[in-house]
Formats: sequence, structure tokens, C-alpha cells
Amino acid sequence: MLIRSRPTIRYSEVTPKATYLNRRQLIAGVAALAATAPGLAAAAKLNGAPSPYSIGEPPTALEHITTYNNFYEFGLGKDDPAKNAGALTTAPWSVAIDGLVGKPGSYALEDIVPAVLEERVYRLRCVEGWSMVIPWIGFPLRDVLAMAEPTGSAKFVAFETLVRPEEMQGQRGGFQTLDWPYVEGLRLDEAMHPLTILAVGLYGESLPNQNGAPLRLVVPWKYGFKSIKSIVRITLTEDVPATTWNLQAPNEYGFYSNVNPGVSHPRWSQASERVVGAGLFAARRETEMFNGYAEEVGAMYADMDLARYY
Amino acid sequence: MSAVDRINGALRRVPVLPLYALGFVPAAVYFWLALQNRLGADPVKALEQEYGLIALQLLIAALVVTPLRDLARVNLLRFRRMLGLMAFYYVVMHLSVWAVLDRQLDWPRIVEDLTKRPFIMLGMAATVLLVPLAATSTDWAVKRLGALRWRGLHRLAYPATALGAAHYVWLVKAWPLEPLLYAAAVAALLLYRAVRGRQKATVRATGARRTA
Repeated sequence: MLIRSRPTIRYSEVTPKATYLNRRQLIAGVAALAATAPGLAAAAKLNGAPSPYSIGEPPTALEHITTYNNFYEFGLGKDDPAKNAGALTTAPWSVAIDGLVGKPGSYALEDIVPAVLEERVYRLRCVEGWSMVIPWIGFPLRDVLAMAEPTGSAKFVAFETLVRPEEMQGQRGGFQTLDWPYVEGLRLDEAMHPLTILAVGLYGESLPNQNGAPLRLVVPWKYGFKSIKSIVRITLTEDVPATTWNLQAPNEYGFYSNVNPGVSHPRWSQASERVVGAGLFAARRETEMFNGYAEEVGAMYADMDLARYY
Repeated sequence: MSAVDRINGALRRVPVLPLYALGFVPAAVYFWLALQNRLGADPVKALEQEYGLIALQLLIAALVVTPLRDLARVNLLRFRRMLGLMAFYYVVMHLSVWAVLDRQLDWPRIVEDLTKRPFIMLGMAATVLLVPLAATSTDWAVKRLGALRWRGLHRLAYPATALGAAHYVWLVKAWPLEPLLYAAAVAALLLYRAVRGRQKATVRATGARRTA
């Protein structure tokens, strides 16, 4: 795998300027999505400049990426989000950015998404023991955080998913599996890390609803559930924010939840993973420390006992 | 002739042997779909779960036979051996998919799973309990053991089914409804057995006193 901690060339050198998506086109794309939403068919084209952070592996089939999802707001089955997420309205969309920031407020999606996007081909490793390779289209989270100007006392970033029971059928009914909203969090240095992105698309098109449209987090060295979907709030905090799966089962899902083959989930091993789309007789893949990003992110956890801070 | 009599009459005419062949049809279809890569993104997991779920459903079906006879007078006793054996075959297929396709015969990790992961230990315990039941499923074995001992041995179906249901509840994330419903069904069926057993014992005891 070819990953450098810092790009050796600028994106502008990699991608001809003509292929940059200009702001107007992006806004038009989002508007088109709004007009034709719900559903997959509404996907708008999005260009992303190639990134040196991408892994050189063939992506998982789009069909698998869009039909095998954990998005409990739309049901507990892996195929439920694909069936039910079409009901979600993703435009207009705004994100509240608040807490310890100089410029708190409600930001329209168009004001957060930059004109120039990148394609990041990342492996997504689910805590359940499977993985996919997904060509995300997005931009570094740190650009958005910088825009809101975190204050000196900010140490963590908390995220919140939409609560809209009338469109999210998993949030309706008497028997609720999780408490809503789904919440997640990162340490500020993790959030500012260049690998951490907000994604607005995949496979060159805007995000399908079941993958977390219109805006989701992607933190490639952590288990998939950390990469929160359909974000409506980003809050800078001084204290460790609550996270949904940690609230659900604190002994099983820690705040960090870094991919770590050496630390088992209490109920199953994390040493290896099934590769989605590889077929019935495919070999398991040995899970890599930090999902293969040890060189880039290892330093952030240098002094930590990762068995304790799982 | 009452409706129940008609049902029982019709059931008596259903041959048991073809039902074994029929019982393997879902297994074959799921395996075929998995081979064709039409069982979703993770066919190994899907196959594993389908076989496991069918095994649990068959175990529960075998436990339903007695209350159905007691409460509705519908007699499915002729089919109970088939239900139990099919459950065992599905358990074996479930275990095989796990060991061969999922764990890929990686013995150190299989041993680690069997010694460290409680939900896998529960599933394995259920399987082990079912082995003597499958082995003594023949008429010959019933005669050889004697009806009383045979019935005693086959009460292992109760803990095996309970372990299977617990295995299902324990392996999922959070608390989805479905495994809990299966567990509730098993709990209700076992409770029925316990109450029925006590009533029978009381009837026997009072009967004995009267004749004394």
C-alpha cells in the first residue's frame, strides 16, 4: 500500500483545473438532488481530485456498498437502509456548528462543501468483522472546523445525526434499539487529521441516502460505526462527548474504537475480516493495525494503552 | 367429524420420508444462491445465519408438537423425529459453514473462539447436546434404551433449544426484536413443559393416594 503522511504533489498538479468542480456546478448538483430526491436515481455527478491518501486497491462493487449498510435509523437489517432511506429529504440541509467555536451558527450545506473535492479510496472496516473498499468523494473535516474557528479550550468534536421519525422509520415505533440522535465524537487531533474527511459522495456521484447523505464523516482508521452519517450538528467540547455504541455497551465499544487486530471485541476476534464481495470461498483478510494507517496515525496514540482505551 | 379430526386424518396420510428431502430444499437453495453471489454482499455470513435460524425454527417446531396436541388436539407426533433430525442437520450445516467458509479451518482461531467467546460456546454446547439425540433417533435405539430412559435422554432437547436461543440473542449487536421473540417463544414452551410436568406429577401422586 502506498500511503504518504503528506502529499508530495499538490492536488492541482494531479488534476487539470478544468475537471475541478466549480462551486456553481456543485450547488446545481445539490439542487438537482433535492429536486429528484428520494432515491438512488437522483445521484448527481461529483468530481473528486485523486488523492495520495487513497489506497491502491479496487473498490468494492457499488451494489454492495449501497445495499449492505448499518444505518439503524432506517432499520436493523443490512438491506433495510437501501429499502427505506429513499424517504429521507436531504435538501435543504444545514449543519449547526456550535460549542467552543468563534463562529457558531447554522451553516447551509452549500456553505460547508468546498468547490474542490477529493476522491479518497479508503478501506472501511466494520466492527462486525467485514470490510469494503469505498471511493469516497469529500473534503478534510479540518477545513470546516477551521471555518468555525475552535477556541483554545476545545479538545473534542461531537457529531449528531438527524432525528426525523417521519422519514426515518427506524426511529418510529415502540421498540427502539438505540437512543436517538445517533451521536459520535473524536478527539480534536483526530478530527484535524488530514485522513479524516466529510464525504458528500462515492463512486463519482452524490451520496446515496443509505450511505449517509448528504454529509457524513469518514475516519478510515476506526471501526465503521465511528463514521457517523447524515450529520446535522458538530459541537466542539472540552469534555469527552458521549457516543451511541459506547452508551449501548460500554464494555464492547470504546470512545476510540481504533481498528486493532490485537484487541478482541469481547464477543468476537478482530484479528481478521471477511472481504465484502469476494465470494463464498474467498480467504479472510488479516486486519491491519489502524486499518493500515499506522504510519499516519500511530503517533497520536503513542503513549496510550490501546487495550484499555479500545 | 370435527375439524380437528379432519386435520388429524389428513396428517395421517402425509408420508414422513419425503419431508426429509423437502427439508433440505432451503439449504440447497441458499447454498446455490450463495454460489451465484446472489445472497448479498456477505454470502458467508448470510448462509451461516440462514442455516442457524432454520435450525432454531425446527427445534422450536419440535417443541410445539406436545402443546399443540394437548391444547388443540392436533397430532403432529409422527413428524417430531423428522423435525428434530432436520434441526440437527441444519445445526451441522450451520457449524460447517462457520468452521469451513467463515473461519476457514483456521484451527488456532477456532479453538480460541470455542474457548473465549461465550456465544460460540453456547452454540457449540447446544450442538453437543443434540449429538446423542440424533444418534438415538432410530426405533432400534428406543427399544435398546427402553422408552423411559430414551425419553429421559431426549429431554436434552430442552436445554439444547434454550442454548440455541441464547446463542442467537448473544451474537447480535444491541437488542433487535427478532432474537428476543425467539427466546420468548422458547421460554414459553419450556415453561409449558415445566407446568405440565408438575401437573402430571400431582395427578400421579393424588391418584396413588386414592388407590392406596
